[in-house]
Amino acid sequence: MSPDELGEIRDDVADAARRRIPGAFRGEFPIVVEGIRNAFGDQVVHEGLSLQVRRGEIIGVVGGSGTGKSVLMRSIIGLQPPSAGTIHVLGEDITAARGDEDIDIRSRWGVLFQGGALFSTLTVAENVEVPLREFYPEIGDELRREIARFKVVLSGLPEEAANKYPAELSGGMKKRAGLARALALDPELLFLDEPTAGLDPIGAAAFDALTKELQDTLGLTVFLITHDLDTLHEICDRVAVIADRRVIACDTIPNLLTLDHPWIQEYFNGPRGRAAEAAQHRIKAMDKPRKAGD
Amino acid sequence: MRVWADFSLEQDDAGRTVAVLSGPMTVSSIGVVDRALRELAVPLDRVDIAAVPEIDTVGAWTVWRVVRDHEAELVGASDQARRLIAAVSKSKGEGETGALRLPLVPRIADGVGRTVAGWSRGTVRLLGFLGAVLVAWWGIMTSPARMRWIAVVRQAELVGISALGIIGLMSFLVGIVIAQQGAIQLEQFGAEMLTVNLTGRIAFRELGVLMTAIMVAGRSGSSFAAQIGTMKLTEEIDAMRTIGVSPVEALVIPRILAAVVMMPLLGFYAAVLAVIGGAFISAFTLGIPFMTFLLRIQEVVPLHDVWVGLVKAPFFGLIIALAGCYQGMQVKANAEEVGLRTTMAVVQAIFMVIVLDAFFAVFFTEVGWG
Repeated sequence: MSPDELGEIRDDVADAARRRIPGAFRGEFPIVVEGIRNAFGDQVVHEGLSLQVRRGEIIGVVGGSGTGKSVLMRSIIGLQPPSAGTIHVLGEDITAARGDEDIDIRSRWGVLFQGGALFSTLTVAENVEVPLREFYPEIGDELRREIARFKVVLSGLPEEAANKYPAELSGGMKKRAGLARALALDPELLFLDEPTAGLDPIGAAAFDALTKELQDTLGLTVFLITHDLDTLHEICDRVAVIADRRVIACDTIPNLLTLDHPWIQEYFNGPRGRAAEAAQHRIKAMDKPRKAGD
Repeated sequence: MRVWADFSLEQDDAGRTVAVLSGPMTVSSIGVVDRALRELAVPLDRVDIAAVPEIDTVGAWTVWRVVRDHEAELVGASDQARRLIAAVSKSKGEGETGALRLPLVPRIADGVGRTVAGWSRGTVRLLGFLGAVLVAWWGIMTSPARMRWIAVVRQAELVGISALGIIGLMSFLVGIVIAQQGAIQLEQFGAEMLTVNLTGRIAFRELGVLMTAIMVAGRSGSSFAAQIGTMKLTEEIDAMRTIGVSPVEALVIPRILAAVVMMPLLGFYAAVLAVIGGAFISAFTLGIPFMTFLLRIQEVVPLHDVWVGLVKAPFFGLIIALAGCYQGMQVKANAEEVGLRTTMAVVQAIFMVIVLDAFFAVFFTEVGWG
């Protein structure tokens, strides 16, 4: 290929690539929430809530129903501006952004909503293409189609699912399709809202393994809202507990267990919590002799 | 300014062609190198990615695809690159992203076939829906306690009371137009006084009810379809069935009843306001005093004209409500269908109202209510 042709391609691509794409985040805390307050009318959901998420970790967010886990996530991604406090995501002040256009970092996060929130008039693969078209118009049609299809497979869906409409998928497949769209731009930050709710145990375990694998290979930071104790034990590096309108603790599970808070004790030491912990011990016990034999 | 990934072609000692990739191979920087590699005519023997500082799945895919297509050897891959390539290579990545479609000719045949089959299925479904409505109606007739009066009143408020403003204004304006335009024509025969006859008869006999029907179809028919359609999407209708509540009884019957009852009232109201509009403009332009106009109405409009309007109105209400509820119940797949069905509900309702109106016109003339 002649240098002229290459130069032409380069000009073409630079012409098409209009959007400003910020560079990768190098700081230590991609998400910093400081003293936010969220209220709906008289009902105060958060009051002085603070949270720091470290780069490359999977942070699990737990709390009773109605404690505002999803509201916290919506605040962090800029959908629900808090009435007080600041939120920095990837070094940028989300709370200072006035409109959707101000938030330049949306190309660097992926969000999986509870129900998948797929665009119902587009196929799964077309859903994945939407963020690619929006942020990287310079990417050729061929590559964009290929990306869409391999992301679908990467999310654990069969290749044929790419051409299906969301209405033709089961609940678990919709979640995976939603994950494929969240991963479309190879984000640094991944927000998952109850990803394993409504999945069968095998599907949920596979989803956990996938999340862990993605975190390992892509170096993702994962903000994970869940009620699934197995998920918490299995993949979360730290767990943030929301109670009394704020984050009362954010630590590893063994450290959380030493705290003397009634809700935390009830949550992790209830029958389900103990079962999940026991299962975790069994898995580790099974791993050990195998490692010794290597 | 963005940094783009780049590549150069080199010959190694053994005379093999090596593509040396450099720069970050990520989704935000892949644009140039992807196009250039696709247009490459030379076959590659080796792909060297040792100089790539950063790689993500898109970069890994591009590298893997080039290696696969050229049957080349990959060198210089870091551990992370290998893992990513292993992850993305599970997919072939070929094929369309849209819904799978047939080639053109079979697709035309397929479309025609589906349309024709759809008509018969649609007819069967429509009959089924009418049957379900009649069965539910019979059930309510035999045990009147099952009638949901609160829902009926609520729907009557939405269909009737909240439409009073817009229908009143519209009819008033239509009355003005008829009287004013009619007067210009009648003046040529020196028959301005007949403006009263024209306005009064057309308002009570035709326009009052017809314009009201069109307005109700646009306001309420569409809202019936959208509301019931959304409830179908969110599985509310299915939930009702499992609880033992008949959706036809709970949703359709109250809406039909509300529309059937409110249509004659709205139609009469519209006719009255059209006459007032006519009287209003006549007082200004024709010099017929307002009260004289209204008193003349009583003399020149035969009572059967009022009856013609009032008899037609419930039928129009029935058609509008049936079309709206039926289309809402047909929603299945997605949000787009709610929109399509809502449009169909309004179009069908207005069309059928006008067809029925034509039949009524002939019928009433034949029976001597001309």
